[in-house]
Amino acid sequence: MVANDRVSFSVCPGEVHALLGENGAGKSTLVSILYGLLEPDEGEIVIRGQKVRIRSPKDALELGIGLVPQHFLLVKKHTVAENVALGLKGVPFFRPARAVAPRIRELGERYGLPVDPDAYVWQLSAGEQQRVEILKVLVRDVTLLMLDEPTSVLTPQEARGLFEVLRRMKAEGHAVIFITHKLEEVFAVADRVTVLRRGRVVASLSVRETDPQTLARLMVGEELPEPAARPARTPGRELLFVEDLWVRSDRGFYAVKDVSFTLREGEVVGLAGVAGNGQSELIEALTGLRRPERGWIRVGERDLTGKDARVFFEAGVAHVPEDRNRRGVVATLSVAENLVLRHYRYPPFARGPVLDRRAVRRFALEEVKRYDIRTPSIDAPVRLLSGGNVQKLILARELYGEPKVLVAAHPTYGLDVAAARQVHGRILEARDRGAAILLVSEDLEEILALSSRILVIFEGRIIAELAPEEASKERLGMLMAGVAA
Amino acid sequence: MRLVPRGPVGPALSLLVPLFSVLLAFAASLLLLALFGTSPREAAVAVYQGLFTDLRGFSELLRRAVPLVLAGAGLALAFRAQFWNIGAEGQLLLGAVAAAGVALFSGIEGGWLLPAMALAAFLAGGLWALLAAVLKARLEVNDVITTLMLNYVAVYLVEWLIHGPWKGKTAFGFAYTDRFPEAASLPLFPGTALAWPGVVLAVLLAGFFAWLLFATTFGFEVRVLGENPEAARYAGVRATVTLSLVALFSGGAAGLAGFVEVAGTHHKLLSPLQISLGYGYTAIIVAWLARNHPLLAVLTGLLIGFVFAAGDVLKVALMVPFQLVEVVNGLVLFFLIAGEVFLRYRVVFGGRRG
Amino acid sequence: MVEDWLVATLARGLAFAAPLLFAALGELVAERSGVINLGVEGMMILGALMAFVVADASASPWLGVLAAAGVGALAALLHAFFAVTLRANQYVSGLALTMVGLGLSGLFGRAYAGKPLAHPLPKWDVPLLKELPWIGPGVFEGQSALLYLGLLLALGLSVFLHQTRPGIHLRSVGENPAAADALGVNVYLVRYLAVVFGGAMAGVAGAYLSVAYRPSWTEGMTAGMGWIALAIVIFAAWEPLRAVLAAFLFGAFYHLAYRFQGVLPPEFLKMTPYLFTILFLVLSALGKSVRLGAPEALGRPYVRGER
Repeated sequence: MVANDRVSFSVCPGEVHALLGENGAGKSTLVSILYGLLEPDEGEIVIRGQKVRIRSPKDALELGIGLVPQHFLLVKKHTVAENVALGLKGVPFFRPARAVAPRIRELGERYGLPVDPDAYVWQLSAGEQQRVEILKVLVRDVTLLMLDEPTSVLTPQEARGLFEVLRRMKAEGHAVIFITHKLEEVFAVADRVTVLRRGRVVASLSVRETDPQTLARLMVGEELPEPAARPARTPGRELLFVEDLWVRSDRGFYAVKDVSFTLREGEVVGLAGVAGNGQSELIEALTGLRRPERGWIRVGERDLTGKDARVFFEAGVAHVPEDRNRRGVVATLSVAENLVLRHYRYPPFARGPVLDRRAVRRFALEEVKRYDIRTPSIDAPVRLLSGGNVQKLILARELYGEPKVLVAAHPTYGLDVAAARQVHGRILEARDRGAAILLVSEDLEEILALSSRILVIFEGRIIAELAPEEASKERLGMLMAGVAA
Repeated sequence: MRLVPRGPVGPALSLLVPLFSVLLAFAASLLLLALFGTSPREAAVAVYQGLFTDLRGFSELLRRAVPLVLAGAGLALAFRAQFWNIGAEGQLLLGAVAAAGVALFSGIEGGWLLPAMALAAFLAGGLWALLAAVLKARLEVNDVITTLMLNYVAVYLVEWLIHGPWKGKTAFGFAYTDRFPEAASLPLFPGTALAWPGVVLAVLLAGFFAWLLFATTFGFEVRVLGENPEAARYAGVRATVTLSLVALFSGGAAGLAGFVEVAGTHHKLLSPLQISLGYGYTAIIVAWLARNHPLLAVLTGLLIGFVFAAGDVLKVALMVPFQLVEVVNGLVLFFLIAGEVFLRYRVVFGGRRG
Repeated sequence: MVEDWLVATLARGLAFAAPLLFAALGELVAERSGVINLGVEGMMILGALMAFVVADASASPWLGVLAAAGVGALAALLHAFFAVTLRANQYVSGLALTMVGLGLSGLFGRAYAGKPLAHPLPKWDVPLLKELPWIGPGVFEGQSALLYLGLLLALGLSVFLHQTRPGIHLRSVGENPAAADALGVNVYLVRYLAVVFGGAMAGVAGAYLSVAYRPSWTEGMTAGMGWIALAIVIFAAWEPLRAVLAAFLFGAFYHLAYRFQGVLPPEFLKMTPYLFTILFLVLSALGKSVRLGAPEALGRPYVRGER
């Protein structure tokens, strides 16, 4: 597949250059090429008038190109200083971490990136980990810094802090490439913007000479019709009860503290929060994948506290998991087998101990059609499917049998606009049918668009409940950062 | 040189690759033979005449293949679940112990004795494997090491029994038990030393395991668990239960191999080195060659059975040391995993296109 | 009385622990780079045979040790090629290595079985340190020179892993190879070096058996020690100094079991090391440090761009 098709653009020292495009537009591919993680089939890269070939990150670093990746590349068990010293030239053989510590403090002060060099990375918040990634790059004296969707793990307030850092770097003469799919960020920080659509450059403009409407049109292409705003039906009786729930993380501390809420028939409740504030543990507790330490979970009249995933599933709790490839599918098994991953042991797919392959195939053919899952065949392994189609497969499976409760974690993460809209449509259908839905997302627009109520989680506690009218991105951002608003 | 992943490959290639690796291993072993001063030609002729010119010779090949198929089919099941059972050797010995115990001390007579021995062997082998599986499922204790350690424990258990409490009254200075009663012997195929019920058992069990794996909900759980344990938990698979059953079946199959060896060939419990020529370890190769398909283990078991039988022939005819068999088997495994690379990747030389 | 008993336990335990220590330290380094090598047993026995053959022919036991390290390294190189370059299943490749090692050593060792070695490795007393009460006679008197080297090696490796630049590289490659790669560290090279070092140490461990501990060659003389070394790595939570403790505990237990000679049948005594190993693993599994200590990328081949 061609992810980047004849892309040309340039960036100058002392400039923040935004690469704008929706998911799947080819932004990350472009950055990977510039950082030597992928090699282009054709074309050339010119740095300071010199044609260069970047075959590995090592080449890129030597040319002064640094990358802050979207998914951090940090050694969690090591300290900040050890992560920074990794691969660094010119540090002493003995105790290199100790030698870079003062440098980390100095750069941190200069650019507004405070972080303790002796802290272990796993102890840091996502925002702090990002600082480490930036410091890793700064300490290598790069001239071109690339940041891939850097705000996706930050609160709006933290994002503003990051923009301040970028401005300082610009002032010091660095060139910055800033990748985003959010328009307002372009206007907040960039000098120039290059818009990518389906792997092609559709425009390269000065930010001062453009406006959000123009950029939006360039980014999405032909205007997709906004999904007809479906009025939420009046929520019915309460289906899911969560009371005084305490859940421990893998590391043994409480990640979820004293959480109580209910979900009602026919409503979508959004759970907003910065990653790592206990959402994952809460989701796992609500779907039987993690045993709560204290508290109760009930579905209807049934007490499910401490039961495993099978019992939750049988009680009507469906789950679109946050890491779809790690948990949601078995990549080496076929599309058909993955479609019955949860139902395989119940009729009509099982007759006693025997799996009815004909029933499975018939079901798979139907669902592939109904959910528009693009696959070579129902026997193809799921690893051949794109992210959007994997997500459609998971939704098809989880919504089969009309579950009472749906826990959907980041259901549109990484999907392009068209696929995301399909997913939203399915979630709203389920709501209208009477399902109670918990939507966990870091995408505030998604939360605001779908939810009938919004909960905000911070450091394991639900610190606010808002109606959509009372909520704004700004207000949610403050709450997510733990600032009472 | 770079490796580029490729999509699914056709059945032709996926059969050719293991075959090719076996041929390469054979070629390498002929070279080794030459190194020891044996003419490869002479060796090939001896093997051909020893195994393929009369029924008796060929039955020896089958006799070697039976325990390999039994244990190998069980291991194929275990490996599918990512249960790294390296302990088939010990499970086989435990099966032999249990079968011997029932034959000598249960007092069961007549037609029920053999089934009782088989059942006891299955359970003993299965429980021996279960120990490691439970430790893995509950405590994440490394299964490779526990199953392997249990092999050594099983060896010394047998040693103790034949030197101590079970030492035969008629054995005098030798270490083995009394001979089993007549009813404890499997019938032989006329004119051979091959206990034919072993052959039937091996084929049936391999077929049963294949059915379990591909046609039942249990088999589905095994495959999901092996491919992605995290997804398995999400799917509602109860890992401890599934893994325990897998261990029971896998170890049980090896236990049955032990039963066939003592009830079909030895008719007494004797030194572990005589009960098994490392069948339990070699069964790992049988399973891997079969790409962990229990039914294919019948074919690959025959292939490795051929290696063993050929080793016997060469030892007698040309005084080639039997350790050669072990080397050949190890080489088969090496060439096989090298070959598998070509199934998963295309090898590209030079070039920078990706 | 108690003193004698303690000294004897210390001395005999350490003597038994030395080969386990070398093999475990080597495997520890390999695993820290993210590559598991189940071929320790095979590399060890090849080392044992090679050491004996060379020591016998050259009358120099040290040359034998060196040759053993060489043959171990060569065998490990094969594993590295399969595991790192070809991305084969590391378990299977290691098992194959063990099978081939056991087979080849049996094949080529037949001529040497039962032959005594004229020049075994010397035993050393460490001046000054041997004057220490208890520890002196227990640790620093009359042990094989290799044992002292092993203890030094553990100390050196501990410093290397935690306090040096290449040590950080090694650990990072085993934890998160993508992170190391993104900063220009050659993941493949690091893994190759670590695996080959592991093989060399397994070879030395084998050499200890055949030119120091019981200077002779017997087929299968490693008797599962390679596997026990693998367990020690886990028990030690991938820390060299803890490996010393684990190997010693193991040796001491083994020695103590022999105190029951006459009470228990000999077969039970022979069983004990293997039962201890299982017990060790269960105990490790109950401890937190081991569960969290395993290198994150252990057993997983690295391909740039694959997550």
